[in-house]
Parts: sequence; structure tokens; C-alpha cells
Amino acid sequence: MTKLIMTVNGKKVSRDVPDETLLSEFLRESLRLTGTHVGCDTTQCGACVVHVNGTAVKSCSVLAVSLNGESVTTIEGLADGGQLHPMQKAFNDNHGLQCGFCTPGMIMASVDLVAKAKAAGRKLSEDDIRHGLEGNICRCTGYHNIVKAVAQAASEM
Amino acid sequence: MNANVGIGARVKRKEDRRFITGKGKYTDDVRVENQAYAAFVRSPHAHARVKSIDTSAALAAEGVIDVLNGKQLTGDGIGNIICGWAITSKDGSPMNMGPWSALATDRVRYVGDAVAVVVAESAAVARRAAELVEVDYEVLPGVSSAVKAMNKGAPQVHDNAPGNLIYDWEIGDAAATDAALAKAAHVTELCLTNNRLAPNPMETRSAVAIYDESEDHYTLYTTSQNPHVARLVLSAFYNVAPEHKLRVIAPDVGGGFGSKIYIYPEEITCLWASMKTGRSVKWTSDRSEAFMTDAHGRDHSSVAKIGFDANNRIVGLKVDTVANFGAYMSLFSSAVPTYLYATLLSGQYDIANIHCNVRAVYTNTVPVDAYRGAGRPEACYLVERIIETAARELKVDPAELRRTNFIRSFPHQTPVIMNYDVGDFDANLEQAIKAADVAGFAKRKAASAKAGKLRGLGYSSYIEACGIAPSAAVGSLGAGVGLWESAEVRVNPVGTIEILTGSHSHGQGHETTFAQIVAERFDLPIENISIVHGDTDKVQFGMGTYGSRSGAVGMSAIVRAMDKVEAKVKKIAAHVLEASEDDIVIEGGQVKVAGTDKAMGWHEVGLSAYTAHNLPPDMEPGLKESAFYDPANFTFPAGTYICEVEVDPETGAVRIDRFTASDDFGTIINPMIVEGQVHGGIAQGIGQALLEQVIYDENGQLITGSYMDYAMPRADDLPSYSVHHASTVCPNNPLGIKGCGEAGAIGSPPAVINAITDAIGNNNLSMPATPLAVWKALQAAGK
Repeated sequence: MTKLIMTVNGKKVSRDVPDETLLSEFLRESLRLTGTHVGCDTTQCGACVVHVNGTAVKSCSVLAVSLNGESVTTIEGLADGGQLHPMQKAFNDNHGLQCGFCTPGMIMASVDLVAKAKAAGRKLSEDDIRHGLEGNICRCTGYHNIVKAVAQAASEM
Repeated sequence: MNANVGIGARVKRKEDRRFITGKGKYTDDVRVENQAYAAFVRSPHAHARVKSIDTSAALAAEGVIDVLNGKQLTGDGIGNIICGWAITSKDGSPMNMGPWSALATDRVRYVGDAVAVVVAESAAVARRAAELVEVDYEVLPGVSSAVKAMNKGAPQVHDNAPGNLIYDWEIGDAAATDAALAKAAHVTELCLTNNRLAPNPMETRSAVAIYDESEDHYTLYTTSQNPHVARLVLSAFYNVAPEHKLRVIAPDVGGGFGSKIYIYPEEITCLWASMKTGRSVKWTSDRSEAFMTDAHGRDHSSVAKIGFDANNRIVGLKVDTVANFGAYMSLFSSAVPTYLYATLLSGQYDIANIHCNVRAVYTNTVPVDAYRGAGRPEACYLVERIIETAARELKVDPAELRRTNFIRSFPHQTPVIMNYDVGDFDANLEQAIKAADVAGFAKRKAASAKAGKLRGLGYSSYIEACGIAPSAAVGSLGAGVGLWESAEVRVNPVGTIEILTGSHSHGQGHETTFAQIVAERFDLPIENISIVHGDTDKVQFGMGTYGSRSGAVGMSAIVRAMDKVEAKVKKIAAHVLEASEDDIVIEGGQVKVAGTDKAMGWHEVGLSAYTAHNLPPDMEPGLKESAFYDPANFTFPAGTYICEVEVDPETGAVRIDRFTASDDFGTIINPMIVEGQVHGGIAQGIGQALLEQVIYDENGQLITGSYMDYAMPRADDLPSYSVHHASTVCPNNPLGIKGCGEAGAIGSPPAVINAITDAIGNNNLSMPATPLAVWKALQAAGK
């Protein structure tokens, strides 16, 4: 058991957690932030992607206690108050989701993909977006509208 | 009329906001006070006798509440899991259904078959304790291939199914078909396998069972496509609780694709364990469990012969299919390779003689049941591959061979039960050819050749039967249920509307589409309409969502209920406004007397209905109507898909360069959502064609048990899709809808394989067309 202090979605949280607790479990079970989903057990599907200090991380493959003192943003913390993040809006605009289960991870991964490209001064092509999202599986949309959504958000972010 | 939200409008989805902000509520998000957790003890063997189960170490572990086994479960009267569709063999004998207990008692029949359940204070404790349960197995030989399971001396999965045969069924006229083939000018023969798939909705199955001893009442939150059917079956067959003492809630459900139709051992066990332990019991499948225990799809082996006369007109089609059912008969398994498969073997073609024989076979693998398309993809794959192959043998353009044989007069009775009501197969073929720029293919092929690549083009002209289904018709074919749908329209005193539907949305966007037809009908803002579904305490009954039925059947029920509401609204307004009912019109949020300035607000009519101060004599207060809609026929979505691929002959790698779809779905309510359904279906079809396959070893050990071994289509495996429509209106339901949920998965696999075989010049290629398989086929073709 370790005392874990972390900033989650801009708020300081403090909990005693067993050392084997995954970040995804910590978010879902201890903090009840159930927007972060778990879709597999081999870090393949990406439904659990969150940001740790601004970088996309699969939260099912990180021990919570290893992030003592770090800052985590989940899908619940992405919107600015009532104002949706451009990526969230783009997913709605382009019908980039159906069942919604992969969506939180897909959006968090896409935000990171676009932010990194911007920081490097690169414009994302369709191929770049498809390649950049290969760590996230969606079974519903066939990715067509997800790719469109990310391209739209990239022009707005 | 509010044109930007009604029928045909691309309305953005109302339900999206909760999903994109992380506020969706899925079953695993449900946690009740004092929650306990279940973990299942599963067989690592494909086939074994259970000699003994020692639970003492598990029971002694800290945090374990109880460990329960199959003998306790059957001892408490929990019934066996059943298949709900009776198929009769051609010799008149009933199908051989082997017993399936939610927890196996004396024998396990597939890897993952559960023998016990641990209930503990946390999921981690339950999982660890499950490892402490000692099961003494006597391992038996197992068999995974359906064809091998029929061999003499093969391991027997169920004692009451000699030779592992569940049924031996046929449809059509064998003698007439043989005679037609004997006289044919050309016969094409093809052996095909339809590869076994894991449905893989991204949300794994989950259950939260809550037993309330004070009321002797159960609540089940579960990942279901049809919560009312779940309640019915749990009550009537599994004896978990009577229906009035069982509430089933399917909240947000993260995809289904058929795999969440069925009632599985885990939900039954969680309900029973909740009663046994006095605790709410929660179980969420991990992905490995999902591969082991979710019903798989497809797994057919077929031999087919098609005959043509000298004018290239089809004279007969003969098919022999072996269907792998796995270790037990799942809920709708028996219907899939019979009435959902063989009845579609006429495709889009006028074929006088068809005969199909189907043998359904037990193996030591997880049960197989409906997966997106369910039987129709298998039929389409067979028909569209054999016709394309025949075109190559006959040296005619594959589009022209299709044109030569298209059905053009409707209604059309096929020799295999189905009566196609309407369609325009030419329109979709020609539109697809134009959109795919088939005219430019030769030039692109030459450019590919210059770059050392092989380019190919493949067609698939699919038809399917949707809107499942007329109750009397399916009843006569052996179905245990009717396949109508229900709806209730509640107009509140302030004029807002709730639609209660027995359909269930797990990604299909019902909260938007269903609201659109109401907004259009009563000319109201779409925000004033909400859709309620997925809770047996709220919606009285429903048959759920599968078989592309929510539009054609579910929305038709809503229309019928709205008819009744409209009639009552007009009566009330005519009474209050002192006019004739016939002169009342509903528009712009008002209920008016046509041609006058007399009007009352829509909300005022609602209020009048509930204050009941001034209603017509003998009218009951309130404004709430319901309807049960039973379809008159199946619907027949159809279309043509064209796939163009580029193959690298050095590696066998296939790149899909373009994929074009032209579909006839009848009336389209929300084109954005319909296109999304097509995109997703095509992706699953491409997945089947190029990537996906569940593999068991010969004895039944599961090889593809995770995303490390089972190749799911990812964004960079797939192209963007070019999606078009050429519609004929379905004459058999009030909105003219045909359904769109499965078309993509049905139509796309043969288009992809036809394109690859065109590129490599070898028709002998199986799915999935992995680089290795394509490379081998290239070597065999000497290229």
C-alpha cells in the first residue's frame, strides 16, 4: 500500500492504493472516473488512453504508484468547463463514434497526435492520422469518420 | 416542416455528448453499495471429464465470500441453456440439442467452459482465488474441425448426437437441380471456407446482479442487445426468477454485432450467486475470456456448383455446407446456417433450381451463433465468389454476367422461400461502376504493373433479408419467439415526448434517428423528444436489436403508435376549436384548423388531455399510445460493392486502394448514421477477408486468445470508403425502410477476395488473405 498524491484533471487527489493497482483501475475504481475504459488485457486496444503530463499513455500499462506527484488528464477533464475541446466537437460533427466505448481513448490519443504534430510543425496527412491511431481499435466506425474528425480538429486546434 | 431534423436530414447525434465527455454509463461503470465480484473457474481443456472440484483453498483465502459449483446450481433448479429455434432434419427427426449447464457438472466441452464461480470482496481477490480452485480433470480427446468431427471415430461431444451431427437439413429441389446441372453448358465448382470470427465489440460482456431479499426481487445490469428477451429466457427457461421479479437493464452498451443477443452462463450464474451470497455480484469479462466465451461467428465449409446455359444464364445452384456449432447450441445458432443462409442463395439472380444441404456439427470449441450478417455473409460470399469465378471461366465481364442474370421483375419468388418485394439491382451496379471509375481501371492496372505491383478489381452484388421478421412466418419455420417490435409514445402535459422502444441502441444512434421521425411527424423541435430503451421496468416488452431490424420494425412500431396519438390530438383539437377533425393539421408547434386562424399550441393539446376539463364525451384523459408492429415480410436491402486492390508480388501484402459501395436501403432517415453503419460493416468485412480468423488447434485448444494473436482491423489497414445509395422504397412497412446495419459486413468479403484473385490470377484463395496466403497463391499460379 502506498500513499499516492496525483493531480487529476487539475485537482489534487490523495489515496492509499495497493502497489499493484494499474492507473486505469485507480481512475475507474478509486476516483470513479469511469470515462477511461478497458477493452483488452494486452495494451492493444487503446480505450484506456489518458494524458500523463500532457502525453498520451495507455493507463492499463502503468502502475498508479509510479506516477506519484504527476499530472493526469482523463476524458472527463478534456473539456474546458462547458466548452468542448475541438477534438470532442469534431467527433460529434463527423459522426466519429457509434457505441462510444473506444471514444475516450480515441479522443485522448488523437489530441496527443495532433499536439505533437503541431509542436513539430508538421501537417497531418490522412496516412499520418491512420498510422498515428493504429494503437487504438474501433470496431464500429471503420475509422473513416474518425480520420475525418481528427483532420477537422487538427485544423482547429 | 422542420426540414433540418426530419426524415433525410443529417442530424448530429444527440447521444454523443455523454460519450465524448466520458459520461457514458456502461455496465462495468455500475457499482452498488457493498459490491462483490465474481471470477469464473474455467476449463483449460477442450474436452474433459470433471472428476472432482476442491474449493477448500479458495474458500480459505481472505476476502472470498463463497465458491459455487454446477451441482449446486442445477440442484437449485437453474435450467439448461437452450437454443430457441427448432430445426428438423430432412429425415423428419428433431435436432440433437445437448445439455448445457451454466456451470458444467461432470464434463467440460470447450476451453473456457466454466465449472465454478468465486465470489469475493474485490475482482482481484476473486481472480486469485479462482486459481486456487483445484479441478481434477480426466482429459478426453477433442476435435475442433466440423468436417473432422463427422468422421468415424471422432471424439463425441454429446452422447445424444451420434457422429456429432445436430441436424442434416435441406432446402430446394435436389433432383431438379441435379438435372439442370447435368444439362448445363458450363458448370463452375468451388470449395469455400467461411472463416471463423470473434465478434469483438470493444466493450466486453459484463453483468451486475442485485438480489433484494426483502422483495425476493432481482435486478440485472447487463451488456445486452435485447434485455426483454434476456428476461424472458432467464425466467421461462433458466428458472432464475419469474419475470415480474426480475428487472433487466441494458444501459449504454459498447457494441454487440450479435454477440450480445444471447444469454450466457455468466449472467445466469451472477443472478443465482447474488441470491446465494446475499450480495450484489459483478463480473466483467476480460478480453481473453471474451475470445474464449463470446459466441463466435461463421465457420462454414461448403462445396458449390453453379450451371449456365449457352447464353450464360444460370440454370442451377447446388450447395453442400457443413456448419461448426461449437460445443453447445447457442440461442439462435440453428437458424443461422439454415433460414438466414440457404434462403439467400439465389442472390440477386433469377435461378430456377437451387438445392442446399446443411449439416450442423458439434465440436470442442466455443458455441457459434449470429455475428453481423448471420448466415447472409456466408451466402453472399458463396454466390458472389462462384459467379465471379464463373465469369472468368466463361471469359465474360463479371458485371455483364451479373446483368445477364439479374432479377428485374418484382415481387420475385425464389426457389428457397424468400419473396423479394422490390429492388433495382441494375441501378446499384451501374452507380457503383461509375463511382469506382471502372473505366479507368486498365490505366491504373498498367501504372501498378510499371511499379511492380499487381492490381485487381472485384465485384460483389449482395442481397440480404432484414427487418427480422414476420412472426407467423418465422414461427412456421421453427422460431420459438415472434419477431415484432413494440413502441409507446408518451406526450407529456407540457407537450414534450418520450418514445419508449423495445429496440436497443448499442451504437446505432436510435436516440437521434427515432427522434427524427417524431420531430417530422409532429413538427416539433428534436430537443423536445427523448428515447427510452433498455430497461424492462420502463419499456413493457421488446424483441431488441439485431438483423438490421430497428429501423424497419422498431421505427414502424413508433409510427403506428404516433398514428394513434395523432388521431387523439386531432379529436381533442377539433372539440376545443369547434371544428371538424378532418380539418385539423399539425404544424409549426401548433394544432390548427386548416384555412383559418383558429389554432392551439401543441403543448396546449397536451395539457388539455391531462387536465381533462374539456375533452370530447367518452374520451379518456391522457395522451399516451402504444403499438406492437409485426412486419408483413422480410425487407431486402441489396447493392453492389467494388473493391480495387494492389498486391505486392514480393511479399503478398494487399493494399485496398479503393472501396466503393452502392446500397439500396429504402428510405433513409439519417444519411450520416446510415453511412456510418456501412463504413463499420465494410471494415468488419475487410477484416474477415484480410486479417481475422479464430484458430483452434486440432484438439480444440484456442490459439488466438488475445489481440496479440487475432488481427483486428486498425485504421492503417483500411481505406476511406466511397458510399452511395440508389433506393427503392420498401412497400411492406410504413416508412419504406429496408435496414442498413449488416450490409457492409455481408457485401464486402467477396468483393475483396474477388479483387485479390483477379490481381494474382488464381481463384484458389481462402480468407483471411494474409500476405503468406496470397504469396503462396501467387507461387501456385506461377507468378
